[in-house]
Amino acid sequence: MSEPLLRMQELTYTYPGAQQPALAHVNLEIHPGEFCLLAGLSGHGKSTLLRAACGLVPHFHGGRFSGRVTLAGLDTREHGPSRLGAFAGVLFQDPETQLVMGSVRAELALALESRGHGATAVARGVEEVALALGIDALLDRPTHELSGGEKQRVALGAALAGRPRIVLLDEPTSQLDPVAGDELIGLLRRLNQEWETTILLAEHRLERCLSACDRVIAMQHGAIASDSDPEAFLEWAGRSEPALQTPAAKLFALAGLHPAPAGVRQARARLRTHGALPEEAQPAVAPPKRRERRRRRTAAAAPALECRGLWHEIPRGPAILRGIELRLAPGESVALMGRNGAGKSTLLRHAAGLLQPTRGSVRCSGRVALLLQNPGDYFIHERVGAEASPAALAAAGLSARAERNPRDLSGGERQRLALAIVTDGASPPAVLALDEPTRGMDRSAKAGLALELRRRAATGQAVIIATHDPEFAAAVAERAVLLADGRVIADGSAAELLAGGWYFATETARILGGAGGALLPEQGAALIAGRLAAPAAEPAGQAPPAISPEAIR
Amino acid sequence: MGMGPRPLFYRRLRSPLHATRAGVGVLWALSLSAAVLLLYHPLALLALLCAVLCAGVGAGVGRGLARSMRAAAFLALPIVLVNVLVSRQGLTVFARLGDLGPFGQGDLTVEALAYGAVIALKVTVLLAVTTLASLAVDPDETLRILRRLSFRSALTASLATRMVPVLGADAQRLAEAQRTRPRGAPRGARARLAVLTAIISGSLDRALDVAATLEVRGFATARRAPRRPRPWSRHDIAFLASAAAILALAILARVSGAASFTAYPELRAHVGPATVALCVALGVAVILPFADRRGIDP
Repeated sequence: MSEPLLRMQELTYTYPGAQQPALAHVNLEIHPGEFCLLAGLSGHGKSTLLRAACGLVPHFHGGRFSGRVTLAGLDTREHGPSRLGAFAGVLFQDPETQLVMGSVRAELALALESRGHGATAVARGVEEVALALGIDALLDRPTHELSGGEKQRVALGAALAGRPRIVLLDEPTSQLDPVAGDELIGLLRRLNQEWETTILLAEHRLERCLSACDRVIAMQHGAIASDSDPEAFLEWAGRSEPALQTPAAKLFALAGLHPAPAGVRQARARLRTHGALPEEAQPAVAPPKRRERRRRRTAAAAPALECRGLWHEIPRGPAILRGIELRLAPGESVALMGRNGAGKSTLLRHAAGLLQPTRGSVRCSGRVALLLQNPGDYFIHERVGAEASPAALAAAGLSARAERNPRDLSGGERQRLALAIVTDGASPPAVLALDEPTRGMDRSAKAGLALELRRRAATGQAVIIATHDPEFAAAVAERAVLLADGRVIADGSAAELLAGGWYFATETARILGGAGGALLPEQGAALIAGRLAAPAAEPAGQAPPAISPEAIR
Repeated sequence: MGMGPRPLFYRRLRSPLHATRAGVGVLWALSLSAAVLLLYHPLALLALLCAVLCAGVGAGVGRGLARSMRAAAFLALPIVLVNVLVSRQGLTVFARLGDLGPFGQGDLTVEALAYGAVIALKVTVLLAVTTLASLAVDPDETLRILRRLSFRSALTASLATRMVPVLGADAQRLAEAQRTRPRGAPRGARARLAVLTAIISGSLDRALDVAATLEVRGFATARRAPRRPRPWSRHDIAFLASAAAILALAILARVSGAASFTAYPELRAHVGPATVALCVALGVAVILPFADRRGIDP
């Protein structure tokens, strides 16, 4: 076997001021050409491991460091991240902080120029990386005008411009819509296969990349808990860390099938072998719009939220919303989906009264509580107790944290505190609107949030969630609305909408081809179990079983 | 969330100035600025202002220039007022404010008013030139030239330019989050201070992330940017010639007295065929490079 490109020996690292080590006795070898996925819950050491691999730990962060890390034979204690950057390209989560120049061309050139490459090498490097990533059309665009997905591709281009031997990526798809996220993973796979670039990718949405990788390294409490191929990892996750199970693995486990599949294709092949693959659902007969009108006529007379012909037009700019018609009944849960820039966030801002329609109207039966994307934006005090009332903190389960600094809370706790802040008040809000609430969250925190939202909907609050996460949407919403270019292009039940697509569909639905409208593993497993028991009697399009609270875990 | 176009940021447009190499674009703007500083004659300054505004239209950044002219109007008024109130020179008194104690007699003169207006006009033209250059000369290419002299200073400047809109968006997001609180955004000095602290804290977090990005991109071991050979385009030559002509005309006017202007002790402005010719020549020198629109596509 070849010499390892990255080697960690007994690495233990503690951040400055921290009591517990973020990494404990980590031993790891990564060989050239491997595509490795780094899995684990939030706060279990994935990002720290990536930062140790590129030398940011300890050179940039300080702290206590023991053990040895070598990258391309260079000891990271002796060589800083700038020197190691010649061998490792790094891509962090937020594309906004990774673009430092005004234009894409200058951004791609910077890494090469700062490493002392000549003018010809810089020009060639820029052209080649732009062509490889399909961003050549963006070369002369200003970076501040790019979309989130484009920014992330450019940041990846900047990381790759010097042709590093390994690329380290820290949740690069967390801010991307499903289409851009899948494109990025496909791109990494191509880099790995065609140029043998080694990839080490930390990611929460494992179902998105498991089928692309060769090896999965799972972290628990700063240590490596499992290091194996994807199938063995899924077996381990089923036994030891169910929150890391993919929906496909959970579907198979619940249906009593083994081994767990790494992706949709493998799952379908295995189900076909077992004779348990249901027939794919046929497209809906009635156009969603007509069905929506019919539903609206029969809906409650007093909606919690109603948008009528809502337009949002930028002066001398584009129209962000184009005649949105949307009505939410009290207690209804709606998932608002669509690509970045489709108008989801703008619609929620209109609902909360932060923006005024340029045409049309928005009416609410009461207060609209809006939870924006970044919970940290709500925290302006030094104490959790100063942010919300004791009753709101108690309802959020944060009474014991009242004396802590909000910024020291875990991701899930921060989200709960932000929710407590926006819903705090004499009377509960009529509508709860959430903008991408699961960004960067692990599956366990998402399950907690989903439970909370279902509880609120059960008390009569209308819930509307803008999300890119079909699994979360399926767990919470009974209805889904798909936006594109500021228009509602589909509006129907979640079972109908999230079961019938490629991108805006859950993994279970993609495996089962939308059969029975099954979105979650529990629903899919019931369908498969029924088919295994009596294959001939299985009718396509049968109603899915009800979702139990445990189903979203 | 959708954002409209940002008119005060560089964008590669189809114009001769955008098609010119940044080094020449900067020289052209510097030459214009030098002419503004050398000349005091109101007609010459007005000619330069008109020419720069026409150049802005020719470069496709007329809207951005119009915005900066509105800002200039706010600057101009205080400049004139302060000069009238503070200057004790000039013979033609148009208002007497009496004894102002330690400030002496408050006599307001026509000469101080005129001189204040000339200074305000100079500031306006300089602002127009600066805006035009920032909208139409590639900042990355400019900073790349500067990086050959001082890598870190130039990169810091580049970063500051890039981060201004990002931090502005952060502050807007935070303010929006506060508005969504059930009781609205917190009021009072302490609450405002808390919001400001949160904004600064967020900026520091972002700065740390950017610093980490720079580290892994090789900032610490950075070397001088290489010279990038590039053939001289017709626009490079035209703007270089224009810059030379503008500077030569300004120096000539200054030396020959064709555009002489003195405000104190009483107003004296030379107005003759030479002054008119100078104004026309300056205007032509500024605008002429915009006439050739071949090869201006990005």
